[in-house]
Amino acid sequence: MSADLNIILPEILLALFAIFALLGGVYTGKDGVASTLVWLTSAAMAALAAWIGLTGEGTNVAFNGMFSDDGFSRFAKVVILLSTAAVLLMGEGYMSKRGLLRFEYPILVALSVVGMMMMVSAGDLMALYMGLELQSLALYVVASLRRDSARSTEAGLKYFVLGALSSGILLYGASLIYGYAGTTLFSGIIETAVHGDVSVGLLFGLIFVISGMAFKVSAVPFHMWTPDVYEGAPTPITAFFATAPKVAAMGLFARVMHDAFGNAVPDWQQVVALISLLSMFLGAVAAIGQTNIKRLMAYSSIAHMGYALMGLAAGTALGVEAMLVYMTIYVAMNIGTFAFILSMEKDGQPVTEISSLNMYATAQPGRAFAMLILLFSLAGVPPMLGFFGKLYVLRAAYDAGLAWLAIAGVIASVIGAFYYLRIVFFMYFGEEQAEGLDANKSTILLGFLMASAAVMVFGIINMFGVETAATAAAAALVN
Amino acid sequence: MMAFAFYLFAISVIAGGFFTVVSRNPVHSVLWLILSFLSAAGLFVLLGAEFVAMLLIIVYVGAVAVLFLFVVMMLDIDFAELKAEMAKYMPLALLIALIILMQFVMAFGAWESNAAAESMLAQVTPTDRHNTEALGMILYDQYFLLFQLSGLILLVAMIGAIVLTLRHRADVKRQDVVTQMMRDPAKTMELKNVKSGQGL
Repeated sequence: MSADLNIILPEILLALFAIFALLGGVYTGKDGVASTLVWLTSAAMAALAAWIGLTGEGTNVAFNGMFSDDGFSRFAKVVILLSTAAVLLMGEGYMSKRGLLRFEYPILVALSVVGMMMMVSAGDLMALYMGLELQSLALYVVASLRRDSARSTEAGLKYFVLGALSSGILLYGASLIYGYAGTTLFSGIIETAVHGDVSVGLLFGLIFVISGMAFKVSAVPFHMWTPDVYEGAPTPITAFFATAPKVAAMGLFARVMHDAFGNAVPDWQQVVALISLLSMFLGAVAAIGQTNIKRLMAYSSIAHMGYALMGLAAGTALGVEAMLVYMTIYVAMNIGTFAFILSMEKDGQPVTEISSLNMYATAQPGRAFAMLILLFSLAGVPPMLGFFGKLYVLRAAYDAGLAWLAIAGVIASVIGAFYYLRIVFFMYFGEEQAEGLDANKSTILLGFLMASAAVMVFGIINMFGVETAATAAAAALVN
Repeated sequence: MMAFAFYLFAISVIAGGFFTVVSRNPVHSVLWLILSFLSAAGLFVLLGAEFVAMLLIIVYVGAVAVLFLFVVMMLDIDFAELKAEMAKYMPLALLIALIILMQFVMAFGAWESNAAAESMLAQVTPTDRHNTEALGMILYDQYFLLFQLSGLILLVAMIGAIVLTLRHRADVKRQDVVTQMMRDPAKTMELKNVKSGQGL
């Protein structure tokens, strides 16, 4: 038992941190400590990420195989922890200015990160579900944190009801899988699910589980909640939704497909490929008509999930590697883009209209240029890092014999480039307007924006070692 | 005797379920629901799963059903209107249900599970110990991690409920016990000697 506890020590420490922070918050100055807590939580997460990334070795299995700590889960955990730490710091100013910085906010975020860490390490259908619920439940609450706003409440309620529905679908699938495989452990299911010998019941269960997970990564046709929730939730929370939970859900997706159904790749390949195709096209086409930048980012994230799923659809180690690289780049881009969105203000009020960016470049040339780099990268324009992410997944899909999917991906990316470049057009060549946006003085937001843009340019040299780490991670999952 | 008890409980479960759906009065519905819970608990006892039977009575009858009763009696819901609304969509719902049912029949028509699956299934009732004890052994040993995680999930639910509903309104007068006790009669009360027949 104590060896088991040693393996899940990072999760235990983070959960204990959250519990003591809660006690501290309740016994002391209530919301007065919130700002300190945000910084502490960020620091704790960054420290945990460094610890997991630097000391983790080999594959360790705990609790009879329910929890596995391997290269894949460590890679995902480091990305989750670092992106959450960054998003917490970015949102602090915005939240406190609007009276939303309750001390429970960093605690709920920390607990949802514990859930995400469980998700990417799950080795059992029940452990998967527990991690997923811990993560989702905390997310439902933070989505409706702004109680006096009808939109925020609507976002939380919508997310909750649809999330509960998807959990039900996932559980139904899990029960079918349990019935046909006789076990909930992934290590047991993989022996039962061998290609050519997979029973129809098992496939039925798998399809239901895929549907439930597709909801969590907001892939088409389970994406309906995304634009409304992104728009309604306070912007720092939207930034959080767009980063860490996506990585966790994607990691979970890859884990179920390869750890439990790795011997039956041809059985699920076409399903994932179809979801990927639909997500890429819907994300590209539906974003064109958007006037609100948060809704636009929602459709953008749907499209990006489509590309990440393309890597998964390949069903090879190269595909998983491409997916991990893609998700890391996606998170890095989104942190910068949301740092920019958080700094969009007019007369002290947050604005999310794209038209308010007219001629932004003349007022703020530095920020506009950084945003230009990020948008080019999101669109996948060649010299930026975002292009290489797309190149990886396209190559993986092509190598796995999914050339049609790769070609469709290129077409969708060309369509999608339109709406990213439209924002650039507004910033540089838009109409002159009476008063532009306020000059935001937050150095944290400026720092994250500039750092993210710099990563997009200088990352093309060696990707800061992410590529080698992703190769090792994929090798740990697919064998 | 066992067979008699089984049929008795089985019939009352089904009857309870049936009348839950068809009752016009929602309070009666909940009472029928309680009957079917109790009968289901009886079926569990027949199976030898006495712990689950007790849980069913304590949790479902004791808490959930009573909560239902409160909700039904407190909320002003027009059930007739709800039913009329439901009837409007009924044909479409039935059609979808029929299609899904057909798919299931086609999928599971050739029902076969993997040969290894049978041997991997856990035994339903242990033979060597009480099932309360057996559940405890599984819950706190094999599924220790999941048990603790569900504790964390409940903690999140509790924090969430408080965060979303607790608000301190400034315009409401509150009782402050300390200030009440620290009040000095000399400062807050003034004694006046009123002459009779004159008033203030």
